[in-house]
Amino acid sequence: MELDKIVEKDLKMGSANQEIFAKTLESLAATDKSIIVVTSDSRGSGKLVPFGQKFPEQIVEVGIAEQNLVGVAAGLASAGKKSFAISPACFLTARALEQIKNDVAYSDNPVKLVGISAGVSYGALGTTHHSLHDFAVLRAINNMIIVAPADNFETEQAVLLAAKLEQPIYLRFGKKPMPFLSEENQEFEFGKGRIIRKGNNLTIIANGETVYPAWQAAKALEEKHGVSAKVISMHTIKPLDTALLDELAAEGKPIITVEEQMVNGGLGEACASYLFQKGARNRFHIIGIPDEYTVTGSQGEIFNHYGISRDGILAQAETLLK
Amino acid sequence: MTDKELKLKSVFLRKNLLKYIYKAKAGHTGGSLSCVDILNVLYNRVLNVDPSNFKNPNRDRYIQSKGHCVEALFVTLSDRGFFPESDLETLCQYQSHYIGHPTKKVNGVEQNTGALGHGLPICVGEAIAAKLDKKEHRIFTLLGDGELPEGSNWEAFLSASHYKLDNLYAILDNNKQQITGSNQEVMNTDSLRDKLEAFGWSVREVDGHNLADLDEALNNGPFEAGKPNFIIAHTIKGKGISYMERVLKWHHGVPSPEQYDLALSELDATEALI
Repeated sequence: MELDKIVEKDLKMGSANQEIFAKTLESLAATDKSIIVVTSDSRGSGKLVPFGQKFPEQIVEVGIAEQNLVGVAAGLASAGKKSFAISPACFLTARALEQIKNDVAYSDNPVKLVGISAGVSYGALGTTHHSLHDFAVLRAINNMIIVAPADNFETEQAVLLAAKLEQPIYLRFGKKPMPFLSEENQEFEFGKGRIIRKGNNLTIIANGETVYPAWQAAKALEEKHGVSAKVISMHTIKPLDTALLDELAAEGKPIITVEEQMVNGGLGEACASYLFQKGARNRFHIIGIPDEYTVTGSQGEIFNHYGISRDGILAQAETLLK
Repeated sequence: MTDKELKLKSVFLRKNLLKYIYKAKAGHTGGSLSCVDILNVLYNRVLNVDPSNFKNPNRDRYIQSKGHCVEALFVTLSDRGFFPESDLETLCQYQSHYIGHPTKKVNGVEQNTGALGHGLPICVGEAIAAKLDKKEHRIFTLLGDGELPEGSNWEAFLSASHYKLDNLYAILDNNKQQITGSNQEVMNTDSLRDKLEAFGWSVREVDGHNLADLDEALNNGPFEAGKPNFIIAHTIKGKGISYMERVLKWHHGVPSPEQYDLALSELDATEALI
């Protein structure tokens, strides 16, 4: 399949990324007994019920106690276990932030922190259940890789790589089924943005579940205006793929970033900070959740409201290309 | 090490921790003096740790949750040969790893601690891992009584008994004071034994300055099969220096030259009586 040529209806639909996370981990745990999943009454939403049934010795339940979740995971990792601490991203990266900062990152315990139902996945449940801060707060902590995979391919690759990693990492997954935005045999590595669509008039940098609407917007730009837009899945926010940003700076074309995150301190600001300090002159716009009381609604409605959508990105591209 | 040598060691460690606090002009003096006997017994009678092979996976773990009393830990570790004592000349200086809280940059330190309420959850993870691997080593942590109100401790108390972690030993340096005042004034944790027993722990109380009592308690676990072990060590903040004992300003007070000389002469007198 060639993503540059394919039309929307031919995209292959996949599962929710967090389901693929659970399945991948399950396949790894069958042969690697050092994998331990730590849950905070979160095995259902983490799709880990089958994991718990198959590998009861490899799941540690701590109850609804996120600080203990991360502390225990740090202790397990320190003892040589490949510990995956799983909780909704909103709780994991807020309630347990000090444990993440000290017990995981500072103490260099290679815990795999897994934030599920991230961003506004729990749309209508409201701000308590949204994680719009996790990129920003974790970017401000030394010794933390931050990854938000776009599709099932990136998710599987990220989990396989994370299991081998001897460094703290945060993986962020949503719960909406995602289409495959990957061609066969593509390469995946942390810190290297993946070009999912070539283009030379404009670049859209997105991550997680916003890569799909970014791709849709690029298709629409081509159909409507004959504009050729490049789409990058910047799955790793830290370390950022600065070599790829250097290329974009050299091209000098407009850049739009898209993220399921408050714009303060997220993917867009990370890119802008690097590019501006490098003297880049590209026109630049960040699409994300603004710094305001978040509108109520489903994930899709919230996306539409803030322009994290095919039409929203398209409109922004039209403005930048004027 | 004989009992007499162990007692002399406690005096030596007190002198040393005061020496480096005095030199660095910084440190948690009162709490270091209250917990140093516990550290002496741990490192000289209890813990199976080897300074030349610290990373041995079968070692006993000691994680100091009350990280601010790092001076007591550092002098104990250097005395046990984890690093040369001369390293402590750099305590709290620019680019030194001997900072005001434990860090893994120092040989012998298990975890970077300092924020309170973090030690016990990590120990629960270590203890679960040891159980999964059917290993015999034990996990120890030292808690301050001032950090007990941290909610993370109570999350960990629940999980330790849920997982029947009888390989886990939490020692409380119960000096009954914290920076603002007595524990009772700041946040009452009375009936602690009842609370912990209700949480499923097996609890023993000892005189935290009686080396033989500490030795006996820490070497005779688990107190009850299938239950985590809690040792309430009754201690005195500033123990060993008359003018520091139970006096709040010595929480992180640094002695003047005259006070330092007086402290050393008091410790000399204590030493002469052993």
